[in-house]
Amino acid sequence: MFYMELIMSLIGSLLLIICVLVSVAFLTLLERKVLGYIQIRKGPNKVGLMGIPQPFCDAIKLFTKEQTYPLLSNYLSYYISPILSLFLSLIVWMCMPFFVKLYSFNLGGLFFLCCTSLGVYTVMVAGWSSNSNYALLGGLRAVAQTISYEVSLALILLSFVFLIGGYNLLNFYCYQVYIWFLFILFPMALVWLTISLAETNRTPFDFAEGESELVSGFNVEYSSGGFALIFLAEYASILFMSMLFCVIFLGCDVFNLLFYLKLMFISFVFIWVRGTLPRFRYDKLMYLAWKCFLSFSLNYLLFFIGFKILLFSLL
Amino acid sequence: MSLTMRIFTASRHGQRMFGTTGARMLAAQKAEPKDIVAVPKGYIYVNNKELSMEFEDITDRAATTMFFGELFRGFAVTLAHIFKEPATINYPFEKGPLSPRFRGEHALRRYPSGEERCIACKLCEAICPAQAITIEAEERADGSRRTTRYDIDMTKCIYCGFCQEACPVDAIVEGPNFEFSTETHEELLYNKEKLLCNGDKWESEIASNLQADHLYR
Repeated sequence: MFYMELIMSLIGSLLLIICVLVSVAFLTLLERKVLGYIQIRKGPNKVGLMGIPQPFCDAIKLFTKEQTYPLLSNYLSYYISPILSLFLSLIVWMCMPFFVKLYSFNLGGLFFLCCTSLGVYTVMVAGWSSNSNYALLGGLRAVAQTISYEVSLALILLSFVFLIGGYNLLNFYCYQVYIWFLFILFPMALVWLTISLAETNRTPFDFAEGESELVSGFNVEYSSGGFALIFLAEYASILFMSMLFCVIFLGCDVFNLLFYLKLMFISFVFIWVRGTLPRFRYDKLMYLAWKCFLSFSLNYLLFFIGFKILLFSLL
Repeated sequence: MSLTMRIFTASRHGQRMFGTTGARMLAAQKAEPKDIVAVPKGYIYVNNKELSMEFEDITDRAATTMFFGELFRGFAVTLAHIFKEPATINYPFEKGPLSPRFRGEHALRRYPSGEERCIACKLCEAICPAQAITIEAEERADGSRRTTRYDIDMTKCIYCGFCQEACPVDAIVEGPNFEFSTETHEELLYNKEKLLCNGDKWESEIASNLQADHLYR
């Protein structure tokens, strides 16, 4: 019986990962289509029916391209870090709140924080081990940004942990049966969305890439497979962030089809933001993280702690 | 956005609003930041206007900031663009219009009798700024001056059109074809046969283009 459970949950998580990879593929297509239509053009529409198999063609193209690697790079870490980053952004899906057949464990929120923090190392190592000035500078940029925003991310998550009384993400479901946290904590939701944009290096904050004014970022030296892995990891983390937004603010009803529609909408918002907003300025980005969001999230944390203490003392 | 502004102005004016609502609301909406710096006559004040500190304007600005006015307007614009008709031309199946003066792939033309036009005057070779044209000439058996070799290196050519302007007999022309990409460099080193072949292939288009443009030549 125990082995049966183990095998079932293994199969379940494998299925989850495969679905995540497929949805990552189609997220890239959605992005290209939406950006295309925002710019009054069509996006890919030649492959198959309306360009739907395009992501698979892209994947085949990327993986069959010649893989180059810099001459004096630290080859092992150069090779491993994209793999590790994809691994991290897939393994973080293990804390997706499900009641059965998945590893939905009590410290899901903590696990998420660990994985995103480890993700910073992959960027850092990728930038450093390429043995290129541009990759190193890009890595520094990305790491500084990600770490700064992670502070506020962790604090906001911590205030929610105080609010729902536990790290288990399933608690969000119990606490949002009657009203979504989006309505009670609207400013928090906006800040969380902004932080997740910055965490995933998305457009108003995409200094890790900055393709229009900089030489890409930490991934300049990567080609074919390595680049594809970094790309996959990035989009998997975007999907995860939108999933987390739905969990925290939009009801967390994972057994409802509506949850996945909400997830889709939030990922669409990520793309929409990319189609709308110009890139931020780097110093403003840092000021935003340390002067606005940090004070905001600290205040909310103190407020929630005080709120809970008040509630418990009243009881 | 103007709606939120209107709500704000309405709330500000209180019950006074109910009298001459429409006109006053329009006036309040149009209120620009007022120019409070006194400028002597004849001068143009080019600095940024100082923002008016009247309560109306302050609340208007506050409303724009608080409700993320500009942000949401930007998002609305992009969302609206998604539903616009794309400007894309479905390229290999649809093609955009070309001017009769379009300078594409080269061609050597013939007279209607089938005799080639080129008289090997080498004006095109002389004028070519990229020196892409190589011509060798010899007397033919019937005594006329003809080329034995007429090469154009299409990878050197800058498609300036000087050769067709220099040509006294309209022999070398740049036709309307621009879809002649190849997989090797060698295929783009055109010789006389290739150019004459192009001429035969595109003669009708070239002739109609020359006809359309003849007044300006």
